Amino acid sequence: MQFGIFSVGDVTQDPTTGRVPSEHERIKAMTAVALKAEEVGLDVFATGEHHNPPFVPSSPTTMLGWIAARTERLILSTSTTLITTNDPVKIAEDFAMLQHLADGRVDVMMGRGNTGPVYPWFGQDIRQGIPLAVENYALLYRLWREDVVDWEGRFRTPLQGFTSTPRPLDGVPPFVWHGSIRSPEIAEQAAYYGDGFFANNIFWPKEHFQRLIELYRARYAHYGHGTPEQAIVGLGGQVFMRKNSQEAVREFRPYFDNAPVYGHGPSLEDFTEQTPLTVGSPQEVIDKTLTFRESFGDYQRQLFLVDHAGLPLKTVLEQLDLLGEEVVPVLREEFAKNRPADVPEAPTHAARVAAAAAGQAGKDSEKEEVAK
Amino acid sequence: MTALKLTVVSAGLSVPSSTRLLADRLAEAVRRQPADDDRQVEVQVVELRDLAADIAHNTVTGFPSAALAEAIDAVTGADGLIAVTPVFSGSYSGLFKSFFDVIGAADDGALTGKPVLVAATGGTARHSLVLEHAMRPLFAYLRSVVVPTAVYAAADDWGGSGDPLTDTLPTRIARAAGELAELMHGRQSRPPASGPEQVVPFEQQLAALRPESRKE
Repeated sequence: MQFGIFSVGDVTQDPTTGRVPSEHERIKAMTAVALKAEEVGLDVFATGEHHNPPFVPSSPTTMLGWIAARTERLILSTSTTLITTNDPVKIAEDFAMLQHLADGRVDVMMGRGNTGPVYPWFGQDIRQGIPLAVENYALLYRLWREDVVDWEGRFRTPLQGFTSTPRPLDGVPPFVWHGSIRSPEIAEQAAYYGDGFFANNIFWPKEHFQRLIELYRARYAHYGHGTPEQAIVGLGGQVFMRKNSQEAVREFRPYFDNAPVYGHGPSLEDFTEQTPLTVGSPQEVIDKTLTFRESFGDYQRQLFLVDHAGLPLKTVLEQLDLLGEEVVPVLREEFAKNRPADVPEAPTHAARVAAAAAGQAGKDSEKEEVAK
Repeated sequence: MTALKLTVVSAGLSVPSSTRLLADRLAEAVRRQPADDDRQVEVQVVELRDLAADIAHNTVTGFPSAALAEAIDAVTGADGLIAVTPVFSGSYSGLFKSFFDVIGAADDGALTGKPVLVAATGGTARHSLVLEHAMRPLFAYLRSVVVPTAVYAAADDWGGSGDPLTDTLPTRIARAAGELAELMHGRQSRPPASGPEQVVPFEQQLAALRPESRKE
C-alpha cells in the first residue's frame, strides 16, 4: 500500500489574512511540499495539470523533474495528466524522459479535464472528451510498447515509422492510472488495459464511487487480468489535522467557508459527513481512512490533499509532519492486517521490471518446449 | 404483479399549499383509474420545500445529500411523474426549475421517455399558459412524454362551478389522470438512475474510432 499527497496547484487567498501568494511562491510551495513528503516517509507526490488561472502547474514533468533531482525514494505522479488535450506523442516522450531521470520513480494518472475552454484552446472539442481519451491513450499505449509505430486515427495527424524516444526505462512503461469522478467509460478503459483506476472521490459521497469501483473490478476480471479483488485501485481524500479535533475545526473553518471548492454550500459538518474530507485529530483521519477499505475493498494507493483552501505553506508542512509521524505508520500497519495474500502490492518500477522479466522467461521456456 | 410507481413533485411553498392540494387530487385520480393489467399504483410525494437547502447545495457542490438523492431516485425510477409548481413571475418557481436542473446535470437522459403530467397553480387563470410556454418545453427538453392535458388551477377553481364554456377542474383532472394512467400501464419499468453502472464494452468504444469505421 502506498500513501502520498496530491496537489491541485491552485493559487488561493488565505482568508484569515487576505494574502494571495504569487505564482512563484505557489510553485515553490508545491515543490517544498513534495520534498517534505519524502522527508516524512510518504511514497507518492502527484501534481495536477491546468492551463488557466488561478492554477500554476501547466508543465508537470518540468516540476516533477526538479523534484526527482532532489529526492531518492518518492514516486512522482500526476493528478491528472490531460489525455484529451495533450498530444499523446508528447506525453509518451515527456514521461519516458522523466522516468529515466527519476530512475523509474514515475507513474502517471490520465484524466480528461473538465475546464471547457481548455479543449478549444488546444484545438479540441469537449463533446469528444471520451473518444479523445480512448483514442489518445490507445496511441500512447502503443508508443511505449512498440519501437516503430504506424498509426492513423481521428484526432491526430497520422504517424508512419515513428519511434518515441527515449524508450521507456528497462523497456517497461510507467504504470498508468485512469482517474475519473463520474464516467463508467473510464473505469471500463482502465479495466480493459489492466491499468489502475483512481477514483477521485474528494467531492462526492461514497455510494457513487462504490458503483464505479465495483464496475472497474468486475470488468478487470472480465478482461482476464485477475480476480476483481486484484484490480489496482487508488483513492483520494482531503484532510486538515491538529492534535485535537476542536482546534482543527476552529482553525480550518474560515478556510473551508471561503474556499472556492468548498465554501458557500453545505456546512463543514455536512461536508465532512458526506465526503472524505476529515477535519480533526490524526486519530480521526486514521479512522475515516480505514473505512475506505470497508467501502471499496483492499486497495493500493491512498493520496491525501493537504495544500488546499489557501492554507499557508507553514501549516501545510505541519500537516505533512502529522501525516508522516502519526497517521501513515498506523495506516500501514492496519491496512496490512487481514489483507489477503493475493491482493497485489501497489505498482513500482522495480516490481514491474521483475514481472516483465518473469513473463519473458515464461515465454522463452514455452518456446524451448515448442522447439523440442 | 408489482405496483406501478407514481412520483409526485410538488413545489408549493406554504403549508398547506394549493399546489400540494392539486398534486394530491391528480395523484388520487391516477391511482383510481381502472386498468386492464390489474397493477396497483403506488404514490410517493416529493415536497421540494423540504429539500430547498439540499437543492441549493447540490448546485454548488455537484452532489446530492442523502435525502435529495432519495427524491431524485423516486423521480428517475418512477413509471409516471406528476409535476406541479406554483406560478412565480410568469413561470415555474426557481426551486422547481433548480430541482430538475440538478437531475439533468447529473444525467441528461434521466427523464427520457418518462410519462409526465404537468400542472400549475396561481391566483388567477391569466397565467394558465405557463403550462404550455414553460412547463411543456422544459419536459420536452428532458425528452419526457408529456400528456396532452395539462392542469391549471386558479383560486376560483377551488370553489364555484366555473364558467359554462370551460371544463371544470374535476373534469380536467380526470382527463389528465386518464391520459397519464394509460401511458404508465403500457410502459416497461426502468431502473432508477442510481442502479449499477452500465458500460459500452471497450472494443466497441475503440472500434467506433477506427478510420475505416468512419462515415463522414
